[in-house]
Amino acid sequence: MNAPLKPSSLAELAAAVRSAPRVLAIGAGTKSRLCAIATDVTLISTLGLSGITEYQPDEFTFTALAGTPLREIAATLVDRGQYLPFDPFLIDAGATLGGTLAAGLSGPGRFRFGGLRDFILGVRFVDGTGRLLRLGGKVVKNAAGFDVPKFLVGSLGRFGVFGELTFKVFPSPAATLTMRLPVADANVATQILTAAAGARWEIDALDFLPTADAIALRLAGPAAALPLLATEILTRFPGEILSAASADALWADLRELRWTFSDGPLLKLALTPSQLPALAANVRNHAGKLHVTAGGNAALVSLPAPIVSLGLPALTLRGPGPLWLDAPAAPAIVAAVKTALDPQNRFPSLAA
Amino acid sequence: MRRLAEVLPPTRVLAGPAQLAAYESDGLTAFRTAPLAVAVPETQAEVIKLVRLCHEEKIPFVARGSGTSLSGGSTPVSGGLVITLNRLNRILRIDPAQRVAVVEPGVINTAVTLAVAAYGLHYAPDPSSQSICTIGGNVAFNSGGAHCLKYGMTSNHVLGLKAVLATGEVVEFGSASREQLGPDWCGLFVGNEGLFGIALEVTLQLLPRAEVFHTVLAGYRTLEQAGDAVSAIIASGLLPGAIEIMDALALEAASAAVHAEYPPGCEAVLIVELEGPREVVAAQRPQLDALIAASGPVEARPARDATERAAIWKGRKSAFSAVGRLSPDFIVQDGVVPRRRLGEALRRIAEMSRAAGIRCANVFHAGDGNLHPLILYNGIEPGALERAEVLAGKILHMCVEMGGSITGEHGVGLEKRDYLATMFNADELDCLHRLRDAFDPLGLANPGKMFPNGTAPSLAQHGLHPLEKAGLISRE
Repeated sequence: MNAPLKPSSLAELAAAVRSAPRVLAIGAGTKSRLCAIATDVTLISTLGLSGITEYQPDEFTFTALAGTPLREIAATLVDRGQYLPFDPFLIDAGATLGGTLAAGLSGPGRFRFGGLRDFILGVRFVDGTGRLLRLGGKVVKNAAGFDVPKFLVGSLGRFGVFGELTFKVFPSPAATLTMRLPVADANVATQILTAAAGARWEIDALDFLPTADAIALRLAGPAAALPLLATEILTRFPGEILSAASADALWADLRELRWTFSDGPLLKLALTPSQLPALAANVRNHAGKLHVTAGGNAALVSLPAPIVSLGLPALTLRGPGPLWLDAPAAPAIVAAVKTALDPQNRFPSLAA
Repeated sequence: MRRLAEVLPPTRVLAGPAQLAAYESDGLTAFRTAPLAVAVPETQAEVIKLVRLCHEEKIPFVARGSGTSLSGGSTPVSGGLVITLNRLNRILRIDPAQRVAVVEPGVINTAVTLAVAAYGLHYAPDPSSQSICTIGGNVAFNSGGAHCLKYGMTSNHVLGLKAVLATGEVVEFGSASREQLGPDWCGLFVGNEGLFGIALEVTLQLLPRAEVFHTVLAGYRTLEQAGDAVSAIIASGLLPGAIEIMDALALEAASAAVHAEYPPGCEAVLIVELEGPREVVAAQRPQLDALIAASGPVEARPARDATERAAIWKGRKSAFSAVGRLSPDFIVQDGVVPRRRLGEALRRIAEMSRAAGIRCANVFHAGDGNLHPLILYNGIEPGALERAEVLAGKILHMCVEMGGSITGEHGVGLEKRDYLATMFNADELDCLHRLRDAFDPLGLANPGKMFPNGTAPSLAQHGLHPLEKAGLISRE
């Protein structure tokens, strides 16, 4: 396979899309399965499109080129007391903003205010005809035109190539506090996830850990309030408050996927907490490991070897195996929208 | 009409002039058109049959809930069918553990919160018409409300939906999970302005109801001071649930309408609300109070109890209909500017308003830069409407020029379709058209909305919506 094309301007990106009959955009390659494609497809790297083009802390918005590393964005925001509320994975690994959006990968902190779909405001992208288009807007509130930016969350580069993205951000909480709540099994975990998510505490993150023996519950807010809330939570669910260092290590290990098998497939699933016990049993039967996040609404599953089914639809992010497991049949509208944005099928099919 | 009779009994097909009159317009009363007929389905199956009938017979159709659209989104099409969804008003499922409700499109916005309040939950999006507007309409137009900066719009609270597309295809997007795999079809459907099809079932995310609130009303000598207070709050790192401003003319109207008492001699009133667990609000409250005290208000009044809080919000939410007392007619706008340019935008609106000799009241979501200028005029004066529309157009152009948007939460609809091209170039409009064609190749679903160059219904009498006059609804 030839080296990927590496445009260094949005005009060059559009030209790169037009330059080959079949193309796929890739970022830093941290979700390797999403970059693996038939050899007749020309890869377009977005790494030459890097940098924050606009940051307005008092607007709670920034705009960055698609290949900008999350690390750079997170560091810029923290200097102004702000953060990415969708809490992306793989920051240290070098993941890009565009790759994160295309993969639809939001992290534990999405529990509080929502994921990528809740913070994307606007996108400049190249459609399948090679046109550079700007849809959505640059302000925090906008209802003009169809919400194409939201549609493109999780679109895997199959409907367009991102050039530049505008997001909403929030002020960083003044303090955080993490508790570890031991659980006997996934059934108990489900009960705690459900009860805690509906309580008055405004939890920031609520995860069932890959060790399968505890829940991590993170609070975020004014420093004076958090110990008071924690005391009440620990009365209800026995556990312990982690030191700041332990908590940072725990969340960093989850964020960088350090708990996963190095070779096998890594899968992303969407679920509801009631589906967790069955999923956990299924994963255990395949000698796999499981990180359940977003209060039991999303899961990452790491397996030692490819399998056929987990009983729920799953997307392979890394490792071998098919892109999709148990994908539901696509309704006719999927093909119609694909044709609308990519009439010559320049981008791969969503199925492959 | 003959085939309509195969789908619905005669009592649920309205075609007489008197029956149709009630459906001629919506919250944008400036436009009126009589449809061919109004269909009143009671089940999802009937809606599907109606849409398929329209597709087969190539009849344009407009879905309608309570008809509160301020952008003319549910204005009928001449020769077309209105499909009114108010009888699909069942709450199909409430799952307090997963914190979701599955509802039909005709369910009223506040009915969702009422139905789930017993579980300590609520449905966050709160357009001012929430006591009468429907979830179906909220979904079609991605409605906002006073809490968008922190909680987002309708789209951020729709997890899944079942819809009949204009082609007759029935699809299910999303699920009861807060996460998804693959492209966000739900996100694309919400805000389609009725151009893709009709939602039949909507899965809504519910949030635990905030335990306590701290609501402050502060009066300022100048709008600029109120704007500076907002900047200080934003810069402080606090994330209030709502930040609203009303100007002098809006205050005059609100005091007359709901007997709200505002600090005297103020050009602007700011409303800021913190919410959350009692420990969190207790910790943030002194910070907010200090910021407001430092911003030089004439007076700052924190709500001491739930009644005082309700009174503050009643004054704010009734402001639009209250303006009806100051002027026989008005145009409500919905432009957005970058928040830091609010002061400049308001100054320019005041200048344009003075130059045109047209009064303009301002009520706005200051936290997210969403302006709602109310342009006052008298419809029986020859040329007054046209002059008001010229001013409205200038304000929209200003919003776009400042890097904002022509609409924050009311949608483009009929009202602003000629301005869509100020935000998007020919290629981008073509992309939006292609998407519309994918969902509706025959162009039958709510034609004439969102896109420029549609056929215009006739202009007619302006004024308050009859339900507004009766005090039953109010506007954002």
